[in-house]
Amino acid sequence: MENIQNFQILWFLLIFILLLGYALLDGFDLGVATLLPCLAVTKEEKDTLIASIGPVWDGNEVWLITGGGALFAAFPHAYATAFSGFYLAMMLVLLALIFRAVSMEFRANDPARAGIWEKALVGGSALAALLFGVALGNVIYGVPLDGKMEYAGSFFTLLRPVPLLFGITGLAAVLLQGASWAVMKTEGKLQERSFKAVRVLMWINFITAGIYFVVLLGIFPRLSGNALMYVAVVFTFAGLIGLFFSLRKKNDAAPFWESSFSFIGLFLASGAAQFPNLITASNDPNLSLTIYNSSTGLYTLQVMAVIAMIGMPIVICYTIFVYRLFKGKTRADDHY
Amino acid sequence: MDALFLARIQFAITIGFHFLFPMMTLGTAGVILISETLHLVKKDDIYLKITDFFARLLGLIFVLGAATGIVMEFSFGTNWSQYSRTVGDIFGPILAAEGVIAFFLESVFIGVLVFGRKKVSPKVYWLAAFLVFVGGHLSAFWIIVANSWMQTPAGYEINAAGKVFLTSFQAAVFNPSTIVRFIHTVLASWITCAILVSGIAGHYVRKGLHGQTARTMLKIGIILFAITPLVQLGAAHAHAIQVINTQPVKAAAMEGHFKTSRGVPLYVIGYVDEDNEKTYGIYVPKLLSFLYNFDFNSEIKGLNDAPKENWPPVNLVFQSYHIMVGLGMIFIALGLLGAWLLWTGKLYTAKWYLFLLPFLIPLPHLAHETGWITAEVGRQPWIIQGLMKTASAASVVVSAGEIAFSLAMFSLVYLLLFVMFVQLFVKLVRQGPAAS
Repeated sequence: MENIQNFQILWFLLIFILLLGYALLDGFDLGVATLLPCLAVTKEEKDTLIASIGPVWDGNEVWLITGGGALFAAFPHAYATAFSGFYLAMMLVLLALIFRAVSMEFRANDPARAGIWEKALVGGSALAALLFGVALGNVIYGVPLDGKMEYAGSFFTLLRPVPLLFGITGLAAVLLQGASWAVMKTEGKLQERSFKAVRVLMWINFITAGIYFVVLLGIFPRLSGNALMYVAVVFTFAGLIGLFFSLRKKNDAAPFWESSFSFIGLFLASGAAQFPNLITASNDPNLSLTIYNSSTGLYTLQVMAVIAMIGMPIVICYTIFVYRLFKGKTRADDHY
Repeated sequence: MDALFLARIQFAITIGFHFLFPMMTLGTAGVILISETLHLVKKDDIYLKITDFFARLLGLIFVLGAATGIVMEFSFGTNWSQYSRTVGDIFGPILAAEGVIAFFLESVFIGVLVFGRKKVSPKVYWLAAFLVFVGGHLSAFWIIVANSWMQTPAGYEINAAGKVFLTSFQAAVFNPSTIVRFIHTVLASWITCAILVSGIAGHYVRKGLHGQTARTMLKIGIILFAITPLVQLGAAHAHAIQVINTQPVKAAAMEGHFKTSRGVPLYVIGYVDEDNEKTYGIYVPKLLSFLYNFDFNSEIKGLNDAPKENWPPVNLVFQSYHIMVGLGMIFIALGLLGAWLLWTGKLYTAKWYLFLLPFLIPLPHLAHETGWITAEVGRQPWIIQGLMKTASAASVVVSAGEIAFSLAMFSLVYLLLFVMFVQLFVKLVRQGPAAS
């Protein structure tokens, strides 16, 4: 049993990393797209912003797909309970992801209706960014579960204040990722506006992150004795303070990394609060889905660990390779 | 209507619609790889134009495939949670492996293929084309593994609680139907694209558009069109034998064969009267027995060997299968005809043949959709052959009303996506390879 526990912990970590990778990478895609109407005025500026994420968003989304697959493989009960339990919310997530994906391609090829596809892109991205946080908030804060590991709440259970706070915190972090990505990839007036957006979003993140940490400590008093929680707080605020100074120096590369740093802090706090639970039961702690009662067998966890340990470093290497091909400022005509 | 029925309809729409796009992706990636290789070797800009043209089309196809594929991955959890709980040990790792080993590769490098022409050297561009091709095919491999495991499960044990445990990953991945089904499906994708390329290029040549570029494109298309359906004949034959051996009920349904007997006929066209257990139509005597192991009197198991509650809807399986086979035969004939025209130098002036080609473009889609119906409906009532029934696999907390809502939503959204896709695809084809 000792042995399987090690692998269950390992898989908690690996899924945490996959979801974090998704949040950081697709986070800036969703953020840029949500901020499109705020940052860009002319069609050329919109083209530039969309072109800055065009070559990379699909690879970024695979972090979510792989995260979902890994959850299925390692903790099928958590996957089954959350996905079937949050049914209508999941359908909304899918709808949002479909529209944000196709709208970029449709917009480029269908100029007559470009305005509609832009709205679909903005709406889809904003909704996805918000809902991921709400979903995470629900499994951490807890939802009612029955004795057969099935969800016992309704759609509106998912919209309680604490999960919504997670959603807003996540959305604010995603927008900051997007704005700081835009600062890094653009020039001129577009960059000026992106700098302004980063400044505003930085202050919003100070507030939302602050509330988020306080609420987490309030709900889980045990976290005050957890070193990881302090590391998380330091990460987030170090990132945001660093961002404050980078903005004063008009540094256009550092903000993206500082925003990412701050986002990692938010994730670490969630991980610290959640471990070893996967879906916390709000009605009775004994009904919670944990990494110990929800996992697949030892052999499956081992096979998957081998695949992940060999596969993911290779994935990360070629992802960096491709990002380097597209590094530097984006131009509007980079599409095709 | 009950929740189970609605869930089945929704799953069928989810998969059936998604399937259209990867079937175009694989072959298009193959044509891009061929063209870009020729571009590197021959240094001829005609190939560059062909590559860029198909890279634009691939960009559109891939986005639709990715957007609808994520629905597929989610739907095991949303709609089939009991299935997910039962087989997470095996099905989960296969889907996760698809992400790590295949889909990352394809998705990361497709960005280079679609956006990178001006950014990277020709060699790096070729590498991207190669990796998208490899990634796409690996992705297909893992998805076929997942589906094949549902057809011919292997490498597992069942514990007292009825939960399935993985005992050999290798045996589960290379279960008895994986390889032959992978080859059959990949060839279907290449046929789809051979006809797509031939159809587009045939239209250009007939209208006198894009000169040598169109003729080169047509030549590539017709060569593929001549070869791939012929190779498929062999692969399909091997697959049919595998089905007879490992899924005799499905095989019997495919031919409307009720009583286990020797010297079984092969129907060219027909109708199955399920209630009276009779099959009518035009048939070739003893041919099925002969094709099975080249003995006119070999024994083929009939549906009656299985209890009736374990039969799939026989006529639906029969008709789907025969439509697919019939289309395959048409593709072989028309592909060979094209090759003959190319060989004799008449291809570019054979107006009637060039006129016909664009109309063939939807047919391979009809063939792979009916093939998929044969495979999936033919396995019913099982979700995993012999192990778990579809009726006990659905989510327990999702109501019929919720599924009715999501089904309506997906139907509308997919209709919109389909209309937009066709419209934009036609537009890109109209712009043609010169637009780059």
